[in-house]
Amino acid sequence: MDLDFTMEEEQFRAEVRAFLKAKLPARIADKVRTGKRLTKKDHEEWHAILHERGWLASHWPPEYGGPGWTTAQAHIFDEEVSLAYAPRVVPFGVSMLGPVLIKFGSSAQKKHWLPRILDGSDWWCQGYSEPGAGSDLASLKMSAVRQGSHYLVNGQKTWTTLAQYADMIFCLVRTSTEGKKQAGISFLLIDMKSPGVEVRPIITLEGEHEVNEVFFTNVRVPVENLVGEENMGWTYAKYLLTYERTSEARVGAATAALSFLKQIAQTEQKGGRPLAEDPLFAARIARVEIDLENMKTTNLRVLAGSGSSAAPLELSAMLKIRGTEIRQELASLARIALGPYAQPFVSEALDEDYQGAPIGPDYAAGIAAHYFNERKLSIFAGSNEVQREIITKVSLEL
Amino acid sequence: MDFQPSADRSMLAETLGRYLQKRYPVEVRHQISSSTAGWSPAHWRELADLGVLGGLVSESAGGFGGEGFDIAAIFEQLGRVIAVEPFLGTLMAARALALIGGHEALMGEVLTGSAMLAFAHEEPTSRYDLTSIRTSAKFDGTEWILTGTKAVVAHVEAADHVLVSARVSGTEGDQTGVGLFLVKRNAPGLSIQGYPLIDGGRAGDLHLVDTPSTLVAEAGYPVIEDAVAAGIVALSWEAVGIMDVTRMATLEYLRTRRQFGVPIGKFQALQHRMATVALEIEQARSAAINAANALQGDRIKRERSISAAKYTIGRAGTLVAEEAIQLHGGMGMTWELPVSHFAKRLTMIGHQLGDEDHHLARFIKLGEAV
Repeated sequence: MDLDFTMEEEQFRAEVRAFLKAKLPARIADKVRTGKRLTKKDHEEWHAILHERGWLASHWPPEYGGPGWTTAQAHIFDEEVSLAYAPRVVPFGVSMLGPVLIKFGSSAQKKHWLPRILDGSDWWCQGYSEPGAGSDLASLKMSAVRQGSHYLVNGQKTWTTLAQYADMIFCLVRTSTEGKKQAGISFLLIDMKSPGVEVRPIITLEGEHEVNEVFFTNVRVPVENLVGEENMGWTYAKYLLTYERTSEARVGAATAALSFLKQIAQTEQKGGRPLAEDPLFAARIARVEIDLENMKTTNLRVLAGSGSSAAPLELSAMLKIRGTEIRQELASLARIALGPYAQPFVSEALDEDYQGAPIGPDYAAGIAAHYFNERKLSIFAGSNEVQREIITKVSLEL
Repeated sequence: MDFQPSADRSMLAETLGRYLQKRYPVEVRHQISSSTAGWSPAHWRELADLGVLGGLVSESAGGFGGEGFDIAAIFEQLGRVIAVEPFLGTLMAARALALIGGHEALMGEVLTGSAMLAFAHEEPTSRYDLTSIRTSAKFDGTEWILTGTKAVVAHVEAADHVLVSARVSGTEGDQTGVGLFLVKRNAPGLSIQGYPLIDGGRAGDLHLVDTPSTLVAEAGYPVIEDAVAAGIVALSWEAVGIMDVTRMATLEYLRTRRQFGVPIGKFQALQHRMATVALEIEQARSAAINAANALQGDRIKRERSISAAKYTIGRAGTLVAEEAIQLHGGMGMTWELPVSHFAKRLTMIGHQLGDEDHHLARFIKLGEAV
């Protein structure tokens, strides 16, 4: 067993660092570091920079425009971009739809859609959850009825992240009500500009517009937008979910959040000493740091074992649970560290052009809102209760 | 032994509860919370007319309450509607003035709702430590002049008079040498950086530069400690009110939301989590009872119960808030659902007058003195 990275891998790390130093706009990194709002343009700008270097789709095979990295390289890259406070690559096209199309899409679909994901022509969003189908995703009802050369689509999706920016949505739709509920689901690509598509914002508890409801009324979708076979969508959906959940380990993001937390704990004072030296708070930081170190190795074991970013179901469930717990704890500790200054919240202070004086320490503006927003981590992408069900059924056979 | 509230306190709670349930529904609360003022002078006046404010202070100070269970009765009801009105600052400032004595005229105006008080003690670097006071008070031959900054003072913009602590002598960390002063809202050298709070309502940082003031107590520390203790009883009972409503809402959701063909409350994984929530709420209620009961007692016993309660409320409050959101799934993440606002307030109570760690350490330290 050798847990060290090779010399080549360390050279690769240096190469990534040099790239980030030269190319990551300071303006954008600053927003990520201080928890300011990123605009659609910010995301597009960063995607274009990564795409230019051929590093946007870090886990796609080279023939489709990926860099052809080993799992170790992909891990190093993830760690470095997070530590440099680069924005997370918006996952819906690159990390979710891309792998599904590569594995199950027709050659025409790959040829058409994959380059458009890379060059930013299409912003994708994910149409999975419905009002009655959350944890019980397979009971989804949005229907697609084949009528000659198109499907007629009716129904509703919800919790659709950044649908307000999207050009396209990939949806799980019901094409059959025969047999088991999982058996009648298909995977459909829908143009958001189609007549009959309506996006309505959902405002989350901290006041942000991040998720939406999307309504479909007699929307016509060309049959060539069906991915794979009709009624086989559940298989593709599960494949996508393993990517989604493994990516929720977010080791790099957690490492960056830990380092930010330590900076705050050095700055905040308690009894005339840095908060980091308070035994109770130090113990809190130490616990989460140990959890994170352990998860880093679990993550690498999973990646090394599977040889790709798609882990076995029960392992991706474990990474999703622990990864989200760790990030929630880090967000919670940053909030606690602020003391009374966790309370003030001026929403406009998270905008780039805000000119007002900071309230309390200059890093405080977005921290409590971020803590509340991060409560979603244990709910979305299959709640952590559902992930534990998966572990008990698939792995423990209980 | 009798855990039932007295008839007078039940009536006070009922009067206030009936008013708030009828006149302060969540839509109204949101409207008031996000208004420029961040509180409602109209409601305040009506609540004063109902006599509720008198429950905050003792008879000798012109009220009819002021004991732990009077404060409990009021703040539990405020918690049940997550009211954003300036009760906490009024309680602490009025209690401090009542303990010191005098100030009958001002107290009269406060209890009838025609004058507003704020309590400004904590500073940007004090991190809940009541002795960590840097604001200075100097007597210039004719009056006391204050210079310093007070952090996150609840509803300070609404105040006509601010009760400010400042160091007359000694250094940061000393209990002696901390005086209490009344500052007029329009006094020279006073400025306020006001802002909305993430859990609703408003607060502000109070900046004083050579601001003239009136000395009300030269040895103010015991008064401050007592007022903060009362504030912690208030916050604990506000939290109990919030937790009870949150529990009801969450149970209702577990009983009605269906997934996999059954109400989600049928899943043992969720049942056990809810059972833990229910258990922790009862523990928190007991802690709040202990604190209310100890408020009238001797100092060490009082302060131990106060810190025990705030520690318990901080820990249980975060758990209840996080579990309520989790058990509501995506719905718990929405602005639309009241439970998310109850969860935010519950979490932020942990950031007022000392967090879990602060009170745990303080409880240990006070124990060494026993």
